[in-house]
Amino acid sequence: MTYAIEAQGLTKRFGNTQALAGIDLAAHQGTVLGVLGPNGAGKTTAVRVLATLLRADSGTARVAGYDVARSPQQVRQNIGLTGQYASVDEDLTGVQNLVMIGQLLDLRAGAARRRAHELLEWFDLSDAADRVAKTYSGGMRRRLDLAASLVGRPSVIFLDEPTTGLDPAKREDMWDVVRRLVDDGSTVLLTTQYLEEADALADEITVIDHGRVIAHDTPDGLKRVLGGQRLSVRPSDAAHLDVLATLLGEIAGRRPEREGRDTLTVAVDGDDVLAATVSRLHSAGIRVTELSLHLPSLDEVFFTLTGTRTAADTDTEEEAVA
Amino acid sequence: MSTTLAPPKASPVAHEDVLAPPRLRNLRHAVVLAKRNLIKTWRTPEQLIDVTIQPVIFLLLFVYVFGGAISGGSRHDYLQFLLPGLLGQGIALGSIALGQNMNSDIEKGVFDRFRSLPIARSAPLVGAVFADFFRYLILCLIYIGFGYVIGFRIETSALAALAAVGLSIAFALCFCWISIWVGMKARTPGSVQGVMFLLVLPLSFGSNTFVATSTMPGWLQAFVKVNPISHLVGAVRGLTVGAPIASDVVWTVGWMAALLAIFVPLALRAYRRRA
Repeated sequence: MTYAIEAQGLTKRFGNTQALAGIDLAAHQGTVLGVLGPNGAGKTTAVRVLATLLRADSGTARVAGYDVARSPQQVRQNIGLTGQYASVDEDLTGVQNLVMIGQLLDLRAGAARRRAHELLEWFDLSDAADRVAKTYSGGMRRRLDLAASLVGRPSVIFLDEPTTGLDPAKREDMWDVVRRLVDDGSTVLLTTQYLEEADALADEITVIDHGRVIAHDTPDGLKRVLGGQRLSVRPSDAAHLDVLATLLGEIAGRRPEREGRDTLTVAVDGDDVLAATVSRLHSAGIRVTELSLHLPSLDEVFFTLTGTRTAADTDTEEEAVA
Repeated sequence: MSTTLAPPKASPVAHEDVLAPPRLRNLRHAVVLAKRNLIKTWRTPEQLIDVTIQPVIFLLLFVYVFGGAISGGSRHDYLQFLLPGLLGQGIALGSIALGQNMNSDIEKGVFDRFRSLPIARSAPLVGAVFADFFRYLILCLIYIGFGYVIGFRIETSALAALAAVGLSIAFALCFCWISIWVGMKARTPGSVQGVMFLLVLPLSFGSNTFVATSTMPGWLQAFVKVNPISHLVGAVRGLTVGAPIASDVVWTVGWMAALLAIFVPLALRAYRRRA
């Protein structure tokens, strides 16, 4: 399988900030690579280097088969970029924005207009085609921005936090779009602070923090390596919590943790613990409202890897280099 | 979002797309980007105040408030002397907006999109300069048009007056690269204005714009005599109200070449480095 994106040892320093401290990234053609990390981890800087907006201090990167430092124009022929901040022109209408990009990509005026309307229709923006982008809602603007990055039919698409600030329904719409792009053969590099998003979309996930890669695997692989399975039980009657804790401790051989007000969670080995738990609960006469065996969430994975809470919890620091 | 629509093909170049011929590619890109700037100006016409209402105010102010005192006699004679000067000043002042606009544009992320496209690095800058042509054309028309209303008269020929407008606009399109460079370097649009005023005020007042150079102390005359605005004003004066122009035209063209040679590379480098 060939790599559509391949980077080795990328470093970049801004003044006193080491934004990238030697990053390796790789995405097979036709897959989604999720780059996951908190604010300031270096995600945006990495994307800017790969999209030829920024030169790395050292390291090499190839995108769509071309070296980003040596053949930037060839790279630009093959990529689409959707920035963290929607980078459409607010004073232009939807169609004007897309036609302009088409013409900059050397389409003739007529072809640029056709392509613009095709994309507007696909992104359900036809009704707003002649409205100034300033008047668009956040979700519409993201869609227009993504449409703008697809005018040139890129084979590699960079999506830098494409759903930040969108409500959950709009986020799911955006996920659908990403999936369809990949079905079509495109390679997508997606940066996100949302673990759920990486889990939902990415074939492989690279976790970065402080400009370094701290893990790389498939979503399931990451969860398996770092966590094992977890058993959560919530008794109907909170008075049973102490008895339950003892019981779960015996089953798992570890002390359960209290999660929330009245749920106990414990890491377990093997799949047969569920049956054992059900029968022990029954014989102890403890009724439960919730009982589940699941992989740890990526949130837990991240905490294990970095020792810090993710952006969803803190969310204060600005990305060091926006 | 509808899920029934067919997705667009992601192949790099689809055959149904008709490509423009590669000839004059960079020029075509600059024109496309100039169109973008013109659409923006069209949507926010208040951006044209400095080339429409401001010239009218300057004319009224300097002719009717200061004119009597400065000329010591004929207001008409002073208007004939002043108008080419104000035009030169207007061109220097008019350039400030370009740097400000580019500075705020870059902050908005539109330029990131341009940088990710396979176009020349200079295209967005050259495009903005192309669009500025129309602002300077408006400036010239307003000065000469409103000047006529209050009594200014061209004493040479229509052709000479046209040459004056042409030279003024050509000079403006060279001078504005200073503003672009400052716009790339400055942190905010406000600081672009501050820095440019520091440059434009001495250039436009320390010149032959408002009073004859011979009335100034010797050290100031030395500055006035190399000041590019003085030479532009001298050339425009010669072309509109009649006077020898050869030396001023040569100086002006020399300055234009120098401005381009210095500030185009500086502006492009600053643009490239602005991450």
